[in-house]
Amino acid sequence: MSLCTELVLDITYHQVKAPLFLVAQDLTLFCICVNVQSQPASLAAEDISTNSNGPKQDSLFDDDPEDLFAEATEEVSLDSPERDVLLSDGPSPAITPITPPTSVITPRIGHTHDDMFTHSSFDEIEEEEGGDSFDIHISVSDPEKVGEYMTSMSLFKRSEFAVKRRFSDFLGLHSKLASKYLHIGYIVPPAPEKSIVGMTKVKVGKEDQSSNEFVEKRRSALERYLMRTVKHPILLKDPDVLQFLESSELPRAVSTQALSSAGLLRMVNKAADAVNKMTIKMNESDAWFEEKQQHFENLDVQLRKLHTSVESLVCHRKELSVNTAQFAKSAAMLGNSEDHTALSRALSQLAEVEEKIDQLHQDQANADFYLFSELLGDYVRLLTAVKGVFDHRMKTWQKWQDSQMLLQKKREAEAKLQFTNKPDKLQQAKDEIKELEGKVQQGERDFEQISKTIRKEVSRFEKERVKDFKTIIIKYLESLVQTQQQLIKYWEAFLPEAKAIS
Amino acid sequence: SAVLNVDLQTDAMLQVDISDALSERDKVKFTVHTKSTLPNFKQNEFSVVRQHEEFIWLHDSFVENEEYAGYIIPPAPPRPDFDASREKLQKLGEGEGSMTKEEFTKMKQELEAEYLAIFKKTVAMHEVFLCRVAAHPVLRKDLNFHVFLEYNQDLSVRGKNKKEKLEDFFKNVVKSADGVLVAGVKDVDDFFEHEKTFLLEYHNRVKDASAKSDRMIRSHKNAADDINRIASSLYTLGTQDSTDLCKFFLKVSELFEKTRKIEARIAADEDLKLADLLKYYLRESQAAKDLLYRRSRALVDYENANKALDKARAKNRDVLQAETSQQLCCHKFEKISESAKQELIDFKTRRVAAFRKNLVELAELELKHAKGNLQLLQGCLGILKGNT
Repeated sequence: MSLCTELVLDITYHQVKAPLFLVAQDLTLFCICVNVQSQPASLAAEDISTNSNGPKQDSLFDDDPEDLFAEATEEVSLDSPERDVLLSDGPSPAITPITPPTSVITPRIGHTHDDMFTHSSFDEIEEEEGGDSFDIHISVSDPEKVGEYMTSMSLFKRSEFAVKRRFSDFLGLHSKLASKYLHIGYIVPPAPEKSIVGMTKVKVGKEDQSSNEFVEKRRSALERYLMRTVKHPILLKDPDVLQFLESSELPRAVSTQALSSAGLLRMVNKAADAVNKMTIKMNESDAWFEEKQQHFENLDVQLRKLHTSVESLVCHRKELSVNTAQFAKSAAMLGNSEDHTALSRALSQLAEVEEKIDQLHQDQANADFYLFSELLGDYVRLLTAVKGVFDHRMKTWQKWQDSQMLLQKKREAEAKLQFTNKPDKLQQAKDEIKELEGKVQQGERDFEQISKTIRKEVSRFEKERVKDFKTIIIKYLESLVQTQQQLIKYWEAFLPEAKAIS
Repeated sequence: SAVLNVDLQTDAMLQVDISDALSERDKVKFTVHTKSTLPNFKQNEFSVVRQHEEFIWLHDSFVENEEYAGYIIPPAPPRPDFDASREKLQKLGEGEGSMTKEEFTKMKQELEAEYLAIFKKTVAMHEVFLCRVAAHPVLRKDLNFHVFLEYNQDLSVRGKNKKEKLEDFFKNVVKSADGVLVAGVKDVDDFFEHEKTFLLEYHNRVKDASAKSDRMIRSHKNAADDINRIASSLYTLGTQDSTDLCKFFLKVSELFEKTRKIEARIAADEDLKLADLLKYYLRESQAAKDLLYRRSRALVDYENANKALDKARAKNRDVLQAETSQQLCCHKFEKISESAKQELIDFKTRRVAAFRKNLVELAELELKHAKGNLQLLQGCLGILKGNT
């Protein structure tokens, strides 16, 4: 029996006004409810999803538990520019099959109150994103321990706890994970993007609809981001992730500021990579990789196109809502001035119907956005991560080839040195060759490892993709069904009114 | 859509419709078909070809005819406007290279359907005008109307030149100023006083409702276009995907193809039953207002004639002239008042009937389409859920 974990995330948002003595601070609190339940794979995963609009939260651990746990405790290769100290949260969990849990899912903790402040953020001059913070409520259900078996829930120290996190903390988490896992072939889900315009509005303290919408967008995006991250069996076990979910305080000011410069550095590296990619011509011995790359390339193009169309639909649907509301008002006025009594009444009824319909359009526009549009946006961003791991594989191959070429050169040089009387230089050459041989072997191993990882990752990604799209699109269609059902109700109520005009 | 008119007095029938129409580059040619037992026509059934300007000429001749001052003159049909549609077709032609063959064909069909819809609408509006005239007990006997119907040559009606357009403009300005002046005078007759107040407010509100309904329908069309593009994209994704998703995408694409046709139909029906209704009553209420202004004008003339008569009698000069003039004005005013009253009552009856018909049909169509959409969605969901 293999393990599976159900994770349910629910993030809510609270905006808090900073006291006047702080300079232009807005403290945005996001409250995240994480519900963790462990069950054997044989049980059907129950849908304990919340009112979140995010994807369904089934999560299956990798089919190969041994590999999983080995990797979770392994030190990651040290090429990345920023390396945080890997923190360990305790003993690595044992691989254990468990009997069906008898415990009940812990009910979610209520959301935080509006007046909760992150005490540690008062004395910090943040960059434009830093002022907001999030509350994460985590409830972990603890299945009974049977005998000497320990459950995978020993990942978490407690069963219920709450933490506060900033938007920049999420970004920090992502950058750590990216630096540790991307270059060895893991598809690390990208974090939500910053938005200067949106953030400024929130900072200014505008309590209007557009800033509320922005915050809700962000809340939802963070929820999906975190969900995708913890659904990844490797990432879930990463100490940084566990610390992010559990620790009452994360290392602060330094990392956020370092984040911007590290982020900058990464951007520069990316640019250099792009140039390199053009010059790397890899002998693709494995058609699978070429085929997959092409597939993702095509998928990217089509998803972007679809995304644009859906964004347009959201926009027009919102316009339709506004225009319907305006028409409703106008129809009401017309009804008022109509001097035929029955017609006047009918026109007022029409106005009422249209007003209800405008709300319907508004709700549908939200479903268009939060279900359909954001799904597409997320996958467009995910595909960049996917393309990234393929690129890293190429770089790994290149590194291996470079070592091989260098080895070749050294060997030739050594051969030449044989005929000279320079025993020191000869010995040096032999030493270098020995070292390079080791490098070449390592390079080959790295290449094989990343290839293997990518195959697994792509398989998991595709499975997730299929599941995500099916689940969310079905949900979206259900929202459309609801809208039509409401429309029928409204017009059925109006028809007799219209017929009553005489 | 033809109106059967039976004149009980003379037992004559007059039936007018537009049996055909041809859209050429910058004009539309309407075939006006008449069936009549009126003695003044040479034949019982005949057709002529007319263009928009000739309809306007006929309408203006009614407006300028003093004899018809007491009637609501049926509003002139709006000019056929294919500019927007033509522009879209042209843009599509230019952008042909940048889209797939399927997309191009689809969009072309869409635009052609739109063009056809506009075409049908303009035909309907020209026809409604003629039918209103044919239904009016007095206007149907108008000589110009008969010439319009029967004379099978070009009426050589040129559009108004700049000078005439300017004259019209000033006439309208004066009328509005007059209107304001005259509207200020409280009418002795309760009926007309009420009608005045009512029409002034009603007209403005219909105008507003018409504009807002147009905007609403425009958004609806835009959303339907988006769904069209989404369906195409999903289709491409479905043909490309190697996973389980390919069948899924194709099914959803097929669904959206069908639902967006319904959405487009909803927008078209709302246009026909709601927007056109409001536009028509915008024009009719203006025509009714014009009638009230004419009556007020006649009243002012009558009152002035009274004052002139008093002055003449006081000075004992040109008394006979003043008396004749006063009698004429009185007669004119009374004649207008009498027919105006009936016209306004008929207007209300027509208005209520038209709104009832259109609102009922609108609701029925909205229901039909919503049910159609629901059926498609539920059917598709059933299949998708069954397979997953």
